[in-house]
Amino acid sequence: MRFSFAAIAAAALAIPGLALPTLADTNPADWDAVQSAARGQTVYWNAWGGSTTTNDFIAWVGNRVSEEYGVTLEHVKLSDTADAVSRVLAEKSAGKDSGGAVDLIWINGANFAAMKESGLLFGPFAEQLPNWQIVDVDGKTVQTDFTVPTDGFESPWAMAQVVFMYDTADLAEPLPDMAAILEWSRANPGRFTYPQPPDFLGSTFLKQALYDLVEDPAPLLAPASDDTYATVTAPLWDYLDALTPTLWRQGRAYPQTGNTQLALIADNEIDLAISFSPGAASTAIANFELPDTVRTFVLRDGTIGNASFVAIPYNANAAEGAMIVANFLLSPEAQARALNPDYLGYGTVLDMAALSAEDRARFENIDLGIATLTPVELGQALAEPHPSWMTRVTADWISRYGTAR
Amino acid sequence: MTDTSSSRQQGLSLQNLRISRGTSTLTEIDAHIDPGEVLSLMGPSGSGKSTLLAAITGTLDPAFTCSGLIRLDGRDITAARPEQRNIGILFQDDLLFPHLSVGANLAFGLRPTKHRAARISVALADIGLDGFDNRDPATLSGGQKARVALMRMLLSEPAALLLDEPFSGLDATLRAQMRTLVFARAREQGLPVLLVTHDLEDAQASGGKIIQMQDVHSLT
Amino acid sequence: MGRAENISATGRKHTARRPVVLRLLPLLTVLVLAGPVLAGFVGTVAPAFGIMPALGLYEPGLNAFRDLFAWPGFNSALRLSLSSGLGATLLSLALVTLILASLQDTKVFTLLRRLLSPLLSVPHAAAAFGLAFLIAPSGWIVRAVSPALTGWDRPPDLLILQDPMGLSLIAGLVVKEVPFLLLMAMAAMGQVQSRRSLVIARSLGYGREAAWLKAIFPRVYAQIRLPVYVVLAYSMSVVDVAVILGPNTPPPLSVQIVRWTSDPDLTLRLRAAAGALVQLGLVLASLVAWRGGEIVTAKLGMRWTESGQRAPALRALRPLAILLAGISVLAVLLGLAGLITWSFAGLWRFPDLLPQEFSLRSWLRFGPTLAQPLQETVVIAAVSTLIALVLTIGCLEAEHRHGLRMGRGGFWILYLPLLIPQVAFLPGVQTLMISLGLTSGRAAVIAVHVVFVLPYVFLSLADPFRAWDKRYATIGGALGAGADRVLWTLRLPMLLAPVLTAAAVGFAVSVGQYLPTLLVGGGRVMTLTTEAVALASGGDRRAIGVYALVQTGAALVPFALALFLPRLIWFNRKALYND
Repeated sequence: MRFSFAAIAAAALAIPGLALPTLADTNPADWDAVQSAARGQTVYWNAWGGSTTTNDFIAWVGNRVSEEYGVTLEHVKLSDTADAVSRVLAEKSAGKDSGGAVDLIWINGANFAAMKESGLLFGPFAEQLPNWQIVDVDGKTVQTDFTVPTDGFESPWAMAQVVFMYDTADLAEPLPDMAAILEWSRANPGRFTYPQPPDFLGSTFLKQALYDLVEDPAPLLAPASDDTYATVTAPLWDYLDALTPTLWRQGRAYPQTGNTQLALIADNEIDLAISFSPGAASTAIANFELPDTVRTFVLRDGTIGNASFVAIPYNANAAEGAMIVANFLLSPEAQARALNPDYLGYGTVLDMAALSAEDRARFENIDLGIATLTPVELGQALAEPHPSWMTRVTADWISRYGTAR
Repeated sequence: MTDTSSSRQQGLSLQNLRISRGTSTLTEIDAHIDPGEVLSLMGPSGSGKSTLLAAITGTLDPAFTCSGLIRLDGRDITAARPEQRNIGILFQDDLLFPHLSVGANLAFGLRPTKHRAARISVALADIGLDGFDNRDPATLSGGQKARVALMRMLLSEPAALLLDEPFSGLDATLRAQMRTLVFARAREQGLPVLLVTHDLEDAQASGGKIIQMQDVHSLT
Repeated sequence: MGRAENISATGRKHTARRPVVLRLLPLLTVLVLAGPVLAGFVGTVAPAFGIMPALGLYEPGLNAFRDLFAWPGFNSALRLSLSSGLGATLLSLALVTLILASLQDTKVFTLLRRLLSPLLSVPHAAAAFGLAFLIAPSGWIVRAVSPALTGWDRPPDLLILQDPMGLSLIAGLVVKEVPFLLLMAMAAMGQVQSRRSLVIARSLGYGREAAWLKAIFPRVYAQIRLPVYVVLAYSMSVVDVAVILGPNTPPPLSVQIVRWTSDPDLTLRLRAAAGALVQLGLVLASLVAWRGGEIVTAKLGMRWTESGQRAPALRALRPLAILLAGISVLAVLLGLAGLITWSFAGLWRFPDLLPQEFSLRSWLRFGPTLAQPLQETVVIAAVSTLIALVLTIGCLEAEHRHGLRMGRGGFWILYLPLLIPQVAFLPGVQTLMISLGLTSGRAAVIAVHVVFVLPYVFLSLADPFRAWDKRYATIGGALGAGADRVLWTLRLPMLLAPVLTAAAVGFAVSVGQYLPTLLVGGGRVMTLTTEAVALASGGDRRAIGVYALVQTGAALVPFALALFLPRLIWFNRKALYND
């Protein structure tokens, strides 16, 4: 099979006009060259399409980069980010090393680790982007992704931190820790659930619970070994064994995504849900997707935070255009709009001190919304555990709770 | 013929039967057929013959309305469901069920009873088709099919017989044979028979009254 | 020999002039249908046995199967595929049989028949969304009786949607498969002279129900056997409906396969491929088992038929038939009403039966983004339907002129894409196309849509086309018209109504395609269906309402046109349209 692919590739190269270098080899550091190569390109941004607010934001980005840089942006709406990974993999296996279908992917965590490891990414480019200068490198986890170094193969564009949304009409006070959540759920059975792992947010709930339940979180930052795994996760399984029967539908069914939880709160089926976006509740209230009695809280000992990134596949057809989009996403204009709960409600990756007064004002004038915590209330985010924890905990969850019939 | 005189009468009575569509009358008839007697209705196609038969079997298209009375052996069956009327019908096509063997077609007609297989063998022998039990109806000749269809109907023990051009598909020799067979059986079992045909020979061979459909209108 | 007899004088003249094109069309059609299926199948077999060059795997082995069998959810997923597939098929067939036996020739039936085309054209995903909102604990049914009758001021914690038994999945499949089988059965009834057979059976003393069951059903079933197999294969391997209504702890095998196909852990592709083969084996085994069931049922049925029992008690089933038919129709219609309501809803809290306010906000918000997928959907559906129509008419005309009649084998090839689970060959098609240097995109999606559109177009056009009175062609020939002129000026104009109906069916099939568009389009081809299912993962019911409604409209409008256009064009030719 390998030989036939090689033969096809050779045949393709033999055709005049196709015998051009295949990789996008504009140097990211030569920004003028990037800009001129990008003009007229069409960038296919593969990003999860399940959130209508995100879709609207991406459409706005498309309008702006078209006006400003002559780059056409097409949002390829995925139901799962891994679909784009599959696509790039399928292209690689077929020997299609240029002119790929995917130009930009909204990515982080395990998907990034897998692509980076398999050599499926273009770069490094992120730290050569002009707007990298104003990124808050020290204060935000933008150079590691779930403890894996990004090495410039992906560019950050939003900060996320775990918060819990709760309906004050049914649950008066924030709950301080995981133990309190269990206690409340026992007293109010059927009112809490979380997205079903391996959904990203569902796995995040497991990690958040693990963080809060372990005595010492230090082992979580190193790869999970067979020695540490069983002991460290034992409290988590005890906790879930106790929690599951008290969940919505007694844990026999789970919402499939984080956004599905919004409808459950709106219907008054549940009163408490996890979210990875501090501003999402306010945005959903504005769209009638949540009642205006919903507020958010973080746990007393802190919650996990991470950055959302964009990466460019190694065989992207429009790598220059993709870099233009990645750089625009870091602009104060785009970051301020993303922070605004009327549009998206995502945290910024920029360093306020590095901005001009005028740009800083863009951020300071934003009304974060009634359900959004202030940066002080959010506190310093906890670092993501090493991805091996998420992989193993998720797999174990699936065999313990996800396939039990 | 008045209501009272015919009410307890044996045979098939069609009393002031009128079939209309909307406001226009399609056909009308007032007649009585004694057991063993044949009444022939003649008329060109489109004169409402088949519609009349549908009214008598209870399968009239809802677009038509029917007034008057149908009595069978004194019993008012005007509003009865088709399966409760006990009226057998033969069409020009044999309409044997193609998914059933010859024997099973007869079994379909035969009411639940003991010794079914034996009775079917006898019935087959009776119409000269001894040993045809497992045959596919499609392999039969036209005359054989017509005889099976007749026997299937007789096995259901009808109290009256309707014939809708039943002989027109057959050639001259078969036609005469089949006619004789049907009329003889009907007479034997004392069944009133209503024959609808456009063929004068059929009507004359029946030996009974003949009504021209044009005359039907004039009867009122 | 048979061929020579079939060539008319005019036909011969034409074969001499242009012998090749028309003769090759049937072969081309077979290639168009079977090619992608077989090629894609090969693309699945290789990774299932451990060969995946992209991961540097060249050694054949059975590890993928071992891995699959070791997956803790395997038995449950398998059982779920079996129970939902067999359950949905048995229930749909039973309901169709009950409706036809109890209600044929009644007013209720006439009403049902009018609703059939609209029901049939509602895409599976839209019907599933609608049903979900009806039966959910927070859905319309519970809202209608709460809190007045139930005392519930919040939704009960009941596992109705996504129940582990897959009951709501079965319900979602049944409401969509009943109209399909009903339409197929009604077409078959026309072919078996059912009316007069029924008159005979009833004059022999059988009630409506027993008469139909004994005299008509066996013949109708023989005609709809393959459509029933299609329903079975589809129900066992469906993805989009299962994602919306099916359980997740674990999901049915097909859904799990799609998840593995898109897992960041690339080695899971091997497990997915092994699962796809198991899925295929499961479908084939079920078809064999179903065939066995047919034989046993036929034996028992024959015994019952020969017993001569008139079974008048079956009459008691009629209220049940009306009730069940009503429920299955209302499930779709009320579901659509629910989607409409959500699309115009402002704040809408439980247990309010209607939203506190109606607003155009959702339509204004999603309207502009709808334009592009709508256009893409229409272009793909129109082109794939046109290709399917050309191939179908070409095949039927070749049959007419050259006697190239499709045999049993051809008939199975026609059904092949509908009987083989989509997950068993579509991922393979994707890999294959890329390796041949074919760019994914609209053209590729159209090519794959043709695979699924063509069978339906062929099946709905073949009977009317063949039933056309060939003496018109003889007369036309005698008047000096060549075979082409006969086709263009006599046959096709006279067959306008069935041609348009076939086109509408093809269009609706294309609109509803999810997996082919997603996998072969490389995610770049965004149709209303892929957009709606992607949105489903977000659970925004207002957005789902808007998309599902536009999707339904895209499938429904062609049916309306197929009904309306012949009346318009032939307004003074009553014989050329019928309802």
